[in-house]
Amino acid sequence: MHADTASPVIEFLDVSYRVDGTQVLSGLSLQVARGETLVLLGRSGSGKTTTLKLVNRLVTPTSGEIRVDGVSNAQADVIRLRRRIGYVIQDVGLFPHFTVERNIGLVPKIEGWADDRIRARIQELMQLVGLAPELALRYPRQLSGGQRQRVGVARALAADPEILLMDEPFGALDPLTRDELQREFLALQERLHKTVVFVTHDLREALRLGTRIALMEAGKLVTVLAPQEFLKSSDPWASAYVRAFGDGPEPGGNRGAS
Amino acid sequence: MNLVRFILQNHTQVLQLTLEHLWLVGLSTAFAVLIGVPLGIVIAQRPRLNKPVLASANIIQTIPSLALFGFLLPVPWLGERSDRLAILALTLYALLPIIRNTYTGIRGVDPAVVEAGRGMGLTESQLLFQVELPLAVSVILSGIRVAVVISVGLATIAAAIGAGGLGEFIFRGLAMVDDRVILAGAIPAAILALLADFGVGWLERRLRAQ
Repeated sequence: MHADTASPVIEFLDVSYRVDGTQVLSGLSLQVARGETLVLLGRSGSGKTTTLKLVNRLVTPTSGEIRVDGVSNAQADVIRLRRRIGYVIQDVGLFPHFTVERNIGLVPKIEGWADDRIRARIQELMQLVGLAPELALRYPRQLSGGQRQRVGVARALAADPEILLMDEPFGALDPLTRDELQREFLALQERLHKTVVFVTHDLREALRLGTRIALMEAGKLVTVLAPQEFLKSSDPWASAYVRAFGDGPEPGGNRGAS
Repeated sequence: MNLVRFILQNHTQVLQLTLEHLWLVGLSTAFAVLIGVPLGIVIAQRPRLNKPVLASANIIQTIPSLALFGFLLPVPWLGERSDRLAILALTLYALLPIIRNTYTGIRGVDPAVVEAGRGMGLTESQLLFQVELPLAVSVILSGIRVAVVISVGLATIAAAIGAGGLGEFIFRGLAMVDDRVILAGAIPAAILALLADFGVGWLERRLRAQ
C-alpha cells in the first residue's frame, strides 16, 4: 500500500537461533514496513514460525537483534511488548473455560480498561469479524472452526495493536471457510492497515494475502518478493514452490510441464 | 439387631469418635492441599524437580502406616500429643495424590492455550491463576478426592497410638473379639469415606462445567 519509507516497524538484524544443537535460523535480516502484510512462506521446519515468535519474544535469538518500532526486543519490557502485538495461531488457543466475550476482552481487562469500554469494544470487534452477537456467551467448544478462528482474530485485535502476528491462522479450516476468512482478512486489512506478519505454507494464500512474500528454506531467508514477481521468479526455490502448486491463482499456469 | 442396638446405646461415643475422625482427616487434608498444590505447581514449572519430589512422596507412601506412626512417636513435640502425630502422618500420606494430580493437571493444559496466553502478554502469575489452575482444577480435585478417601481409612489406624477416631472401636472390638464393636467403628468410617468421595466428586463436576 502506501510505501511508508519511514523506519520499518519490525526489523530483523542478522538473527540466528540455535536450540539443542540444531540451527533453526541463520543470518536472518528482514524488514517489515508499516501497514504491509508480509507473508513468511516455507515448508515445515523452515523456521517461519520461529521467525514469527521472535517478534513477540516467545523465542529469544541466540545472536542478532530484533527491533520493534526501533526498540530492541532485548531491552523491551516483554509483557508490554506482547500486549502491543496481536497474536493468532492455528490451534487458535482460545481459553476453553472462558466465554467468547471473555476471550475477546481478556487483554483489555488485564490492561485495566473500564467495564463498559470493554463491553463496547467486544461488540465492535464481534461485528468487525462477522460474529453474531448471540455467540458472545458461548464457550469455544460450542463454536465451529471458522467461528473459533474469528474469535481468535477478534481477541488479537482487542487492544488495537499496531502489529498482528498470524501463524497459519486458516490452516485447519475447510477450503470454503478458509476462502471466506481470507476474503474477510483482506477487507479488514483494507480498513485497519495493521502491520501483519503472516505464516503459511500455502502459496495460494501467500499470493492472495501478501504485500510481499518472504520465502524461507532450512532456516534461511531465500528471497523476498512481491506476489507478481514471485510467480515469475527464476529463483530455484521460488519456482519449485510455484511448480509444486501447479496452477497459481491465474489461469494458464503451467501444470505438469513434463 | 444387635449392632443397631449397640450403636444406639453408645450413640454419644459413636458421634464423638466420628467427629474426632473428621477432625483428623479434615485437618490433615487441609495441610496436604496447602503443601501439595503449590509443590505440584512448582514441579510442573520446573521439570527438573519433578522426579525427586514425586519420588519422595512415593517413598512416604510405601512406608506401612503403623510403622510410620511408630517412627514418629519418639519425636519431641509431636510425640507429646498423639493427634498431632496422626495429623502429620496423614498429611504425608495425602501428599502424593495431590502433588501428582496438580502436576498432571497443569501439564495437561493444551500447550496452544498456554502459548496463546503468553503471546498475548499474560504474566506468569496471570497465566497460572486465570488459565492453568482453572483448567487443571478438576484433575487436582480428583487427586484430593483420592487423598481424602485414603485418609478416612488410614485414620482408623491412628487409634493404635491413642489419637482417637473411629479406629478406637475397631481396635477395641478386635481385642474383645466382638464384631458389633468393630462394625460400630468400621461402618461410620465407610460412610464417611463415601460421603467425602461423593462431596468432592460433586465439587469436581460443578467446577468442570465452567
